[in-house]
Amino acid sequence: MLEIDIDRKRYADRGGSPHVALSGLNLQVGDGEFACVVGPSGCGKSTLLNVVGGLDGDVEGRVRLDGEAPGNGVGFMFQEPRLMPWLSVLDNVLLVAGRSAAAKARAVDLLVAMELGDVLQAYPGRLSGGMQRRVALARAFVIEPKLLLMDEPFVSLDVPTANRLRAMLVELWQRCRSTVLFVTHDLREALALGDRVCFLSGAPGRVVLDLAVTLPRPRAADGTAVLELQARLLAQHPGLLAGLASGNGCAPGRDDG
Amino acid sequence: MSTRSGANDGAVLRLAPRRARGPVRLRLPRSDATLRMLSLLAFLAAWQIAAAVLQSSALPTPATVFGRVVEETVSLALPAHLGITLMRVAVSFALAMAIGTAIGIAMGRWRSVDVLLDGWLVLGLNIPALVTIILCYVWFGLSDTAAVVAVAVNKIPTVIVTVREGARAIDRRLLQVAQAYRLPRWQTLVRVYLPQLYPWLTAAARSGLSLIWKIVLVVELLGRSDGIGFQLNMFFQFFDIAGILAYTLVFAALVLLVEAVALRPLERRLNHWRS
Repeated sequence: MLEIDIDRKRYADRGGSPHVALSGLNLQVGDGEFACVVGPSGCGKSTLLNVVGGLDGDVEGRVRLDGEAPGNGVGFMFQEPRLMPWLSVLDNVLLVAGRSAAAKARAVDLLVAMELGDVLQAYPGRLSGGMQRRVALARAFVIEPKLLLMDEPFVSLDVPTANRLRAMLVELWQRCRSTVLFVTHDLREALALGDRVCFLSGAPGRVVLDLAVTLPRPRAADGTAVLELQARLLAQHPGLLAGLASGNGCAPGRDDG
Repeated sequence: MSTRSGANDGAVLRLAPRRARGPVRLRLPRSDATLRMLSLLAFLAAWQIAAAVLQSSALPTPATVFGRVVEETVSLALPAHLGITLMRVAVSFALAMAIGTAIGIAMGRWRSVDVLLDGWLVLGLNIPALVTIILCYVWFGLSDTAAVVAVAVNKIPTVIVTVREGARAIDRRLLQVAQAYRLPRWQTLVRVYLPQLYPWLTAAARSGLSLIWKIVLVVELLGRSDGIGFQLNMFFQFFDIAGILAYTLVFAALVLLVEAVALRPLERRLNHWRS
């Protein structure tokens, strides 16, 4: 069980004046649950992940994973692939997996399963954006994480590539049974992936709606079930989604299906 | 490159150099090693011609100098002095790189350290080598320690400046990856942090070595009774130009060798992923 209780998270913005990013944010995620967090840009979604992932300790509040502070066994996938350019694909994955023979076998199996078997020794700079994300995904899963934190990992990819990566993610998650906290501003992505979608308010961010998604899997981000649910949600909570839509161009209400 | 003048049309500009180069292009094996060898031979030829024309004791012929190299080598004088000098170079190089890297990283990483030490750094960069050498001999006595410290002190500021630049350019986002996955400190340093510094470290090492060679000789000339610098001073007293050139030649050859078999391959290996 992941328990997040953030009373307040402040940081100094570029001008140096204090800025409250999160306030009164409480969230519990059950073991093996896939929770998506949706909110407008600048509402503190990335800040939330950084706090949970231990990258930002300067916070009033606490985060507990099974009653303890999250330690080893946390995977993190960032908005950019963030691979070490001087390490080969395999070494990038082994960097977090350790040097044991078992870890190596696991890394190779995972990379081969993700159709990266031909580029094990290649440097990330030679790979396409989609392949780099796949390596980052493999890096996240190779440690068989108890908790996986994902910060809009599939932005700026073309639609088929992003859909393929989402399908891979769901497959790996179902096999690994990790608890996932997935942050996105794309409502359809959240509805397609999550067991649950938590909506954040604008800054300072807190949870304003907690929605269980019971659609059967597999779901496609552009499938009718997801689109219908999204339309229903839009009708029910126009205020909430108006807040979302004011974020940026990737408004969930837009119709490009 | 030289055909820019007069050609205003883009297409002409692009084609002209190729045509112009065509007839004069030499048909030679184009490997780097061949070119390097050619340049060396050209140097020797120029030297020989100059010596033959001048007929002066101030410029002995290559043959005379090589004769001296053999003579000094057989008598073991050259290897002994060379060994001592190399030792001093190695120790002060290692010292300068280690201390300079540590301070450079600290200054690049923490602003307060940067502000605190910046004045000293500017001072260090601008003190003439001769001053530090004299002061070290005065303060620490005419010893090897003083010699090595004097050389290292001369080099440390330039290492700091280079490494600080690198430390400022460190990609924090990659360090966050290490932090998120709870990599041990040592692994973070060796596999995530330092690889980002390698280009700066190799640059500091190469420029460092070339500077240190030169300063070590001055240090030896001023206050040691052995080493290449001391020998050069002796030859100078006796106006023994062949001796000076013989020692210089061997020394320079060694520097080239270290560059070629150690530094350049190391740099290539470290930056392999960029190609």
